[in-house]
Amino acid sequence: MGKGGSNIGPPTELLPPMSKVQVRVPTPLRAFTGGAPVTEAEGATVGEVLRGLVRTHRTLEKHLYGPGGELRNFITVYLNDEDVRHLRREETPVRPGDVLSIVPAIAGGAPAEAARTAGRPAPLVRVAAGEEELGPPLTQDQLRRYSRHLLLPEVGVTGQRRLRGSKVLLVGAGGLGSPAALYLAAAGVGEIGLVDFDKVEASNLQRQVMYGTKDIGRPKLEAARDRLTDLNPDVTVRTYDHHLSSDNALDILRPYDVILDGTDNFPTRYLVNDASVILGKPNVYGSIYRFEGQASVFDARRGPCYRCLYPEPPPPGLVPSCAEGGVLGVLPGLVGTIQATEAVKLLLGIGEPLIGRLLLFDALSMRFRELKLRKNPDCVVCGTHPTQHGLIDYPAFCGIGPEVDNANRVPEISPEALAARLAAEDPPLLVDVRNPSEWEIVHIPGATLIPLADLPQRVTELARAREVVLYCHLGGRSAQGTKLLLELGFTHVSSLTGGIEAWAQKVDPSMAHY
Amino acid sequence: MRVRLSERLAGEIRRHGEISYPEECCGFLVAKEEPSSEDGTRRIVRVAPMENRVEGARGRRFVILPDDLRRFEDSLDGTDEVLVGFYHSHPDHPALPSRFDQEHAWPWYTYIVLAVDHGKAGELGAFELGAEDRRFSPVPWAIERGNPPAR
Repeated sequence: MGKGGSNIGPPTELLPPMSKVQVRVPTPLRAFTGGAPVTEAEGATVGEVLRGLVRTHRTLEKHLYGPGGELRNFITVYLNDEDVRHLRREETPVRPGDVLSIVPAIAGGAPAEAARTAGRPAPLVRVAAGEEELGPPLTQDQLRRYSRHLLLPEVGVTGQRRLRGSKVLLVGAGGLGSPAALYLAAAGVGEIGLVDFDKVEASNLQRQVMYGTKDIGRPKLEAARDRLTDLNPDVTVRTYDHHLSSDNALDILRPYDVILDGTDNFPTRYLVNDASVILGKPNVYGSIYRFEGQASVFDARRGPCYRCLYPEPPPPGLVPSCAEGGVLGVLPGLVGTIQATEAVKLLLGIGEPLIGRLLLFDALSMRFRELKLRKNPDCVVCGTHPTQHGLIDYPAFCGIGPEVDNANRVPEISPEALAARLAAEDPPLLVDVRNPSEWEIVHIPGATLIPLADLPQRVTELARAREVVLYCHLGGRSAQGTKLLLELGFTHVSSLTGGIEAWAQKVDPSMAHY
Repeated sequence: MRVRLSERLAGEIRRHGEISYPEECCGFLVAKEEPSSEDGTRRIVRVAPMENRVEGARGRRFVILPDDLRRFEDSLDGTDEVLVGFYHSHPDHPALPSRFDQEHAWPWYTYIVLAVDHGKAGELGAFELGAEDRRFSPVPWAIERGNPPAR
């Protein structure tokens, strides 16, 4: 028994005999077997022969076997002329001279979801279509007022009636909300909701063009209502004189077709994002800082959300607000009108929305750049297996409020100290734990990208380093990664204080901010 | 890898897509054994329509059974022709590989996808799967005028 018995493994007496068989390899896999259409392998069963084959040709493995070690389900194995599924599958015994054929099943097809859309994307917001939904015909006054819209075939009378029947909520009536609200009202959007609780201050007037000098000291909502109804008496202005919070956000957002995020703080931005995801509404995002602006349309039904882009907020105090860092007054005018443009397109169901794209604008160089955004499958609100289904405590999430307890503190290294260590003879291994899309924007030279989610599987790559330094955008994720490595027994590991943002400020001012 | 296809063969794929609408069509792409030119261009010399063997949902799925594939490859044994890929149609969907396509695809082969919009053949796209990352990337391809070259 066991003429081909090997000296590895259990006594061969217990096993069926080893046989040398021919294996026919399909053309695409021949590159991995030295080009030969037929190769030889040994084993007692079909499964053993295949395992033997991939032992000799390692690169074949991932094409034949799935991640769990099972034979891929779109591979069929024939023993001579029989599909082994009709025999004893991988347990099927083989005899010398048998021929095993690996045959791919070829399959494919269109995606199941959102299928029938060739060239004609379905509208992202409910677009009024029937006569009744569109409301009464336009009046003589409205025909005159909107004549430049009516001349555009993409808008026309029907489009204008659609705008009249639609509702946009602006969260924040400041730098971004001002131009957006003015243009949306001028365009004839039927209902505009405004959430804000501030009073007009003199320092607002440099950019918040909805208000005038006579409004200083008045509540913004009151001044905004006057201005917008003067601009267009057709528009219904609804005002919400509150902090948007987890308690009221869903109720406030629910009646609106499109949400326009003009907030200046992270807790509200995450709140607006999460509420929009939960309600399935497009969130037209804009933000500004000094001379730079960003805009995108987040619609979790069709693309990424804000959390896919920024899974975690920066530690409080790290990113200066416009109040601290300043802002060129025209800049929110540009970004706010981009937001208004996107909102109008969504309401009309025309053009190509800014979904899955982040528009970056630099006023000093007068350049627009566009980054492709991908939906993060691990996103806690809109990923494949979301773990957060409702609204949370956003100030706490953003680290504003009760002190962070000391138990979560991890060793940190300052940007200056890291710069010195990297220049030394025995530099630490520098690991970037951000997402690949962030890495593409900017990264520290010499670093290795291992996204935080992959760190547990790829920890062996770090094993030989004497010292490891992790960094992320602002320091939150690298702290989590450092904690993980400490738990796994690493001793010389630390997190870059303030992330790449602090590095850009302290060490390399030429670096891009995002 | 580049792919070249004659206008006549592209027409055959389009017609197959149109007559199969609203179901998906599928078939084989055949080339000569040697690379057709020095830059490794793959010149398709023949397409072979196959039956879509999906049970049910043929509007958005196709399957070529291993047995059909094996028989077709056997028929090429001893000739200078090789099976180099597959084509299929996407009824009312763009000519881009779907996630399902990617999960079931093989490296080395050329995949041609045809969009059929309301029964009318639209764009063609050619793709291949990366052997390392198992991701599709578009392949430069061109339609040649006239008939496929005889050899």
